[in-house]
Amino acid sequence: MSQSPLLLSVDNLATHFFSQEGILEAVDGVSFDIHAGEALGIAGESGCGKSVTAQSILRIVPKNGKIVTGAISLLQNGESVDLVQLDDRGQEIREIRGGEIAMVFQEPMAAFSMVYTIGNQITEVIRLHQKCSQDEARERAIEMLQRVGMPIPEQTIDAYPFALSGGMRQRAMIAMALSCHPSLLIADEPTTAVDVTIQAQVLELMKDLQRDMGMALIVITHDLAVISELCDRVMIMYLGKDVESAPADVIFRDPKHPYTVGLLRSVPELGEGHTQELDPISGSVPSPYRRPAGCPFHPRCPEFIPDVCDVELPPQIELTGGHRVRCHLYVQD
Amino acid sequence: MAPADTVQSELNSPADVSPGEQLSQEEDGNHAAASNKVLEVTSLRKYFPILRGFFRRQVGEVKAVDDVSFHVVRGETLALVGESGCGKTTTGRCVMRAIEPSSGSVIFRKRDGEEIEVTTLTRQDLRSVQQFMGMIFQDPFSSLNPRLTVLEIIGEPFVTRKLIRNRRQLEERVAELLRSVRLDPTYMRRYPHAFSGGQRQRIAIARALALDPDFVVADEPVSALDVSVQAQILSLLKELQTEQHLTYLFITHNLSVVEYLSDRVSVMYVGQIVELGHTQSIFRRPRHPYTEALLSAVPVVETGKTGRRRERIILEGDVADPANVPPGCTFHPRCPYVQDVCRVEEPQLVDLAGANGNQPHYVRCHFAEELDLQGVRSTVQ
Repeated sequence: MSQSPLLLSVDNLATHFFSQEGILEAVDGVSFDIHAGEALGIAGESGCGKSVTAQSILRIVPKNGKIVTGAISLLQNGESVDLVQLDDRGQEIREIRGGEIAMVFQEPMAAFSMVYTIGNQITEVIRLHQKCSQDEARERAIEMLQRVGMPIPEQTIDAYPFALSGGMRQRAMIAMALSCHPSLLIADEPTTAVDVTIQAQVLELMKDLQRDMGMALIVITHDLAVISELCDRVMIMYLGKDVESAPADVIFRDPKHPYTVGLLRSVPELGEGHTQELDPISGSVPSPYRRPAGCPFHPRCPEFIPDVCDVELPPQIELTGGHRVRCHLYVQD
Repeated sequence: MAPADTVQSELNSPADVSPGEQLSQEEDGNHAAASNKVLEVTSLRKYFPILRGFFRRQVGEVKAVDDVSFHVVRGETLALVGESGCGKTTTGRCVMRAIEPSSGSVIFRKRDGEEIEVTTLTRQDLRSVQQFMGMIFQDPFSSLNPRLTVLEIIGEPFVTRKLIRNRRQLEERVAELLRSVRLDPTYMRRYPHAFSGGQRQRIAIARALALDPDFVVADEPVSALDVSVQAQILSLLKELQTEQHLTYLFITHNLSVVEYLSDRVSVMYVGQIVELGHTQSIFRRPRHPYTEALLSAVPVVETGKTGRRRERIILEGDVADPANVPPGCTFHPRCPYVQDVCRVEEPQLVDLAGANGNQPHYVRCHFAEELDLQGVRSTVQ
């Protein structure tokens, strides 16, 4: 993977929200790289900042939020653009959004407008980003719908989103996102709202498309199994921090951070039977307004070291094989 | 086809002994075996009318639950599993009569052996029976009234039924319930918004258990929770079951949860049970192609330890529309093993146990005996 060129580099990103209740540090010092054609999974529970990370990349952070520090460099044709420096309503970022970087949302019902046909909405994207006639755009849209496995695309293109089933809507959503051949697709919980058999279809489709179109992929989910199916690298987030990141086969075989270990142990696994012991993480995710001092995970951590973990934020430790972890249990070798 | 009867004659016959019963008693007559069933559902149907136009003319019906029969043995967990729209929630609600079933019979057996036909009860009598049934809902954010304190929420059943009139007594009972779900009783004067999702679900569980029910319907109780909290609630439900001898009807779409929690499982597809039997045997060797596909569709974390990359079966298309059920077998448009007969003739739910002499294993498939389907490979011996 490391042979392919660097596509996106996020360095020390911090996005905070300012509200009456105080400052919410949704993302606080997150760094990662994505190479062309690579699939990165960002996992974590609600409030960990995984979705805000994606919103920061596309510069669609809600109004009361702001990127306070950090750089997001997108490499296009050998040139590097820092997305953080762009005007979030400017021409440049609008060309990147939907063009270079596209996004698939969790709830396709909310992502489509109800009053236009899906064909209308897909051709609009195509015509925004590429110079072509209405007819050409329509043809490309049909082609795209066919590519995502939509039955009878010539007819479904004129369907309204509410007339499609959940699985079909998710396919239409993917078709829209891919219509301009982005080099990076961000999928935020792409299969959370659909059934298991449909989830299998969507995952298979995304795997195929990623391979065929050679695009990079960021999958944001709470479901580690989905990441295991799709991704090369995994980043685990907890309360705005990137607690661990490693190649997928490494992290699932040999998780280092106690939070990752806990997450993996708290999911009942198919095939383990009736007698398997779940080992849940104690407590629950604290309110992001009251983030614990030191390591954010220390109040729930089974390996908690008094006077260390609750005082000092652990630095990012680089282990062998591209495995990075933020935990006092490990030392730089 | 091999010696197998249709389910209608089989379900009520004394030969039908489920694993739970075999364990709990040394077979002292068929009557005892029958009274061990907390709940017996026979031919339950719920059709919702489709109304159109100014005069609300009925133009069709949605067969949400179509001829469903099962029983739940005291102390066991029966899981109802299936995709959205398969009728699992409607079945759960019809059993409680939160929705009026269109037809069928639901017999509830109290601890003292008294049998009650739930479907024909009057509103008043129903209330006295519902005392023995608890219900836990999916979303703890909408199932708790934000204007009531925890004390009022959990204490409400005692107050409305005039079971406890003394304030101090009520507080003691609520404190006891909070302790049983591992919450600090001092929180009882707080409102739901002060609690996290997992804590709220614990409050909802305490409320469901307030009147010391025999039987609890849990409808997707962990689906709305964070991953690390799901495990806490699942463990709690399991512990409470042993402590208070509860019987669960567990409704979920999550097959890993089914395997973890349930003794028996009933797989539903478009309003019907397609497979019903002991969880372990169904998961090891499913007999219905839909069950096989469901098990195969579950994504798994590759830990690299077992190297069990399976050949994934990906079903085509969507779940059939219950308002417009396909003829023959409802699953035939998606079934990878479909034959001509499946398109025409509706398969019956038959017990395969007669063929192999084991625990009852009901399947609704023309080729249940011929197909060699792949289940979940066990990682434990």
